[in-house]
Amino acid sequence: MTLAWIVLLPFVGALLPGLLIRAGRDACALATGAVTLLALILLLTQAPAVFAGEVVQAQWEWLPVLGLDVTFFVDGLGLFFAGLILTIGLLIIAYARYYLSKDDPMGQFYAYLLLFQGAMVGIVLSDNVLLLLVFWELTSLSSFLLIGYWKHLPEGRQGARMALAVTGMGGLSMIAGMLILGDIAGSYDLTVILQHGDAIKASPLYLPALLLILGGCFTKSAQFPFHFWLPHAMAAPTPVSAYLHSATMVKAGIFLMARLWPVLAGTEAWFYLVATTGLVTMIIGAWIALFKDDLKGLLAHSTVSHLGLVTMLLGFGTPLAAVAGIFHILNHATFKCALFMTAGIVDHEAGTRDARRLGGLATLMPITATIATLAGFSMAGLPLLNGFLSKEMMLEEAGHAVWAGNPWILPALATLGALFSVAYSLRYVFHVFYGPLRDDYPHAPHDPPSGMYLPPALLVVLVVLIGLLPAVVAQPLVEVVATAVVGGPLPEFHLAIWHGLTPALGMSLIAVAGGAFLLWRHTAFNRLRLATPRPEAKTIFDATVGGFAALSHVLIDGLHNGSLRRYLAIFVATTLAVGGGAFMSGEYAVGDRPALPATFVPVMGWLLLVGACIAIVAFHRNRLLTLIVVGVIGLIVSIVFIYLSAPDLALTQISVEVVTVILLLLALNFLPKETPRESSPTRRLRDAGLAGLSGVGIGSLIYVLMSRDFTSISEFHLAQSKPGGGGTNVVNVILVDFRGFDTFGEIIVLGIAALAIYALLDGALHGPAAKRLNSWIADQDRAKDRHPLMMVVATRVMLPLSLVVGIYIFLRGHNEPGGGFIAGLVVAIAFLMQYMASGFGWAERRMRFDYHAIIAWGVLIAGLTGTGAWLAGRPFLTSDYGYVKLPFLEKFELATAMGFDLGVFLTVVGSVMLALASLSRMARRTEEPVSPEPMDFVPIPGGALEPVDDREEPN
Amino acid sequence: MEFLVASGVGAMTAAGVYLLLRGRTFPVIIGLALLSYAINVFLFATGRLVINRPPVIAADAAGYTDPLPQALVLTAIVISFGMTALIVVLALRAYLEAGSDAVDTEEATVEPAASHDTRPGLPRDGDAA
Repeated sequence: MTLAWIVLLPFVGALLPGLLIRAGRDACALATGAVTLLALILLLTQAPAVFAGEVVQAQWEWLPVLGLDVTFFVDGLGLFFAGLILTIGLLIIAYARYYLSKDDPMGQFYAYLLLFQGAMVGIVLSDNVLLLLVFWELTSLSSFLLIGYWKHLPEGRQGARMALAVTGMGGLSMIAGMLILGDIAGSYDLTVILQHGDAIKASPLYLPALLLILGGCFTKSAQFPFHFWLPHAMAAPTPVSAYLHSATMVKAGIFLMARLWPVLAGTEAWFYLVATTGLVTMIIGAWIALFKDDLKGLLAHSTVSHLGLVTMLLGFGTPLAAVAGIFHILNHATFKCALFMTAGIVDHEAGTRDARRLGGLATLMPITATIATLAGFSMAGLPLLNGFLSKEMMLEEAGHAVWAGNPWILPALATLGALFSVAYSLRYVFHVFYGPLRDDYPHAPHDPPSGMYLPPALLVVLVVLIGLLPAVVAQPLVEVVATAVVGGPLPEFHLAIWHGLTPALGMSLIAVAGGAFLLWRHTAFNRLRLATPRPEAKTIFDATVGGFAALSHVLIDGLHNGSLRRYLAIFVATTLAVGGGAFMSGEYAVGDRPALPATFVPVMGWLLLVGACIAIVAFHRNRLLTLIVVGVIGLIVSIVFIYLSAPDLALTQISVEVVTVILLLLALNFLPKETPRESSPTRRLRDAGLAGLSGVGIGSLIYVLMSRDFTSISEFHLAQSKPGGGGTNVVNVILVDFRGFDTFGEIIVLGIAALAIYALLDGALHGPAAKRLNSWIADQDRAKDRHPLMMVVATRVMLPLSLVVGIYIFLRGHNEPGGGFIAGLVVAIAFLMQYMASGFGWAERRMRFDYHAIIAWGVLIAGLTGTGAWLAGRPFLTSDYGYVKLPFLEKFELATAMGFDLGVFLTVVGSVMLALASLSRMARRTEEPVSPEPMDFVPIPGGALEPVDDREEPN
Repeated sequence: MEFLVASGVGAMTAAGVYLLLRGRTFPVIIGLALLSYAINVFLFATGRLVINRPPVIAADAAGYTDPLPQALVLTAIVISFGMTALIVVLALRAYLEAGSDAVDTEEATVEPAASHDTRPGLPRDGDAA
């Protein structure tokens, strides 16, 4: 549990800074620091066990089917890295408190920082590689936020994007590699994978896995040729650069190489890939660093170079080289982090970090200068400091390495790298802090507040301590870590200052002397560098990104040109292609289920249907005619339903048909009555082809389906309908009982659709739409008798009858064809007829119910009926029924499902009526004379007939 | 019989798809309605065609057709009504806002050159207010 808390604490704690920033910057920083400190203390409680050689594990199942479990473990390597992350995190938090200005949103900064910290700790403590990958991606994301923290700086945004693009791509390749690795080992747990080193190395998939994983590691750790993102990420605030880009995130790739060292290292492929990349990175990084005038740029490239050094050591594949690599990670973290902080201090106090504008700061800011000098000398690898020790070990290992049968090329190049390293380190120290005092600093430089120099000072104390007493301070830790990396017993080694007159010492001397010479002749060498062609990484990166963007544009513009018709055509064509592909690859056979005979009536219906389909396509420009033909088709479909034993469907279809046609008619009132001929003949031919193929496809699909026998789960429904649901109409019982939850969802959708219609049409009463409506000219001749007497009388006489029919259909629905849906539609039609016959105004004045409320009540009643089952301790929507005997009536059945059906009924009535009432409300805006009277006369201008006011309403 | 239903579904699908690909909103809506018919019958037919055996439990019934596709289709009919109602209103609103019922905006400029002052219907874009 402790392990999980170490990882979780930063994530949970990330909420604190955002909240506590209101209590002030100190409270914010303190809370962040406290979270980190707590995590560090928890980690240290695990240290004794780890030093005793144990591996502490914690495990929870998460998605066991995928092999994804939440498993953590801590061994030497995990402890070392987690300790590094949390300790340096703590120092950075203190430093950032003073570094950030008052205008910077500090709460945000600390929240991002903690997120990043949690993700990093997650990487180093994860046992499950899939979990590790999740954290790996999280570091990319959180570092994106941190690099782009100064959102107003374009460099910051570009740098963040570049870092995300490069490391994100690496992360993808890493996922693939890890999946292969887990596949070979048969488990996604690192502890298991680490046991299968031989199997993995022998696998034919070893090389692909290696390449993919290295792709992730090299991008994250900024190895050549992916090194270019790191210097651009330096646009971040200095605490971020110090934390992410020197101490932690860029070491994630190295961590992973160290972690997987036992299973991946030791092969020829590993040696040539990793050691060579490391070597090249080391030299190129150092060479560029030497000529960077921006202090952070210099340090960034030096970090690239040192990461290369560690990578090279891991690449050698020998245990001693791994020991040297581990030791150098520790040393580099201490001196480089301190150096970044001093660069930040110089920038902060002197107002610039351009080396050409600095110099002689030692007298003005002595404390900073001391810190920077010690850390810089350590980076140069001068004796008595920790950088010297690991550099010596590196040169020693390089001296033994043979590259392609050549024993001197590696030592020579490693010495060259060390030489450059000496040169830029000394440059950082001497060109900034020593030399003549100047009088043109942008600010008056002085030492910063103690909060800013104490963190680097602490690190420098470590630099010196390790440098003087390596055997006491560092040896035990390095042993534990290296054991974990090597995954077996270590050869004997001693961290010491003096190993005698070794070849490494000679190489070191050459490096120091050469480096000093290089710095002395810096200007000359700079001219030499400027004379040679240098590829500019950012330009290449931008060009690549631009190229991909252009390619995407070509692709997308070709498909998505903004024309919806085109999208639809592409969609239909694609569907056809997919269906056609499936058809070609499968077997096609008509089944042997006996067909029903085609008698005279069905053939007539078929003729009507096909004729109507042809007519609708041929005459679709005449919209009114189209509507009539649609009505014909709907009618035939409902006859099909009734003929083929589906009375409920037939009832629903025919009532929906009526409502739909009325609705379309009302809408058509405002729309053009003709569709202009616009499509070219080729386009029409193309559409006809697509349509014909779709028809043939769908038709033959259903034909084959119908010709085969099948098994259904509805035996259950048929058997349980009466005893379980209390109704004999199985379709209705399925709707209100077996699949009641579905129906519940569907009436909600219907209600939402009606409300959306209301909102859409309500919005049309304002703005340009309203203007158009107000100046609307009726485009069709109107009947002089708007509300014919016959129709008015007929509909009013029919109203009570229709309502009784509706109630009848509703009540019998559970046992006979009918039910809430159909009853709702029938009742809605009955009301609609009043609107049509007697006019909107007349009907609306008499309709005293709010349709919104009816919809709401419907949904509510259906929901409440469902929850009623809870009172009986049954699941939602379980129905019950009993028999009731009322006087004068037969005994009849009352089921709770009826309450649910009532909800359905009300929702349907409310939705249909709301949709139509909204349309009619809009019609009244068109200055169409609407008579409030039931049977109006249109007054003849100057004529004798006036509308009669005292007309009595029937009944 | 099976062939009649299948070819009927095919005919409705073909007509629906053709109208769906037209350039004005009204035919598109009609096309969608036709497709709804086709798909509803399609779903219904997955329960196979049976005559005179409605799924209403009765003592003297010889047998029942499959009720499940019917229940599915019943809600599908109501929902497709809701959908048709919504898109027709959407089309109406769009027409009122834009003064054109073309599906694609760039084609909306290709209007027939009818320029009577008192042409019926709604004023188009570019009309003096």
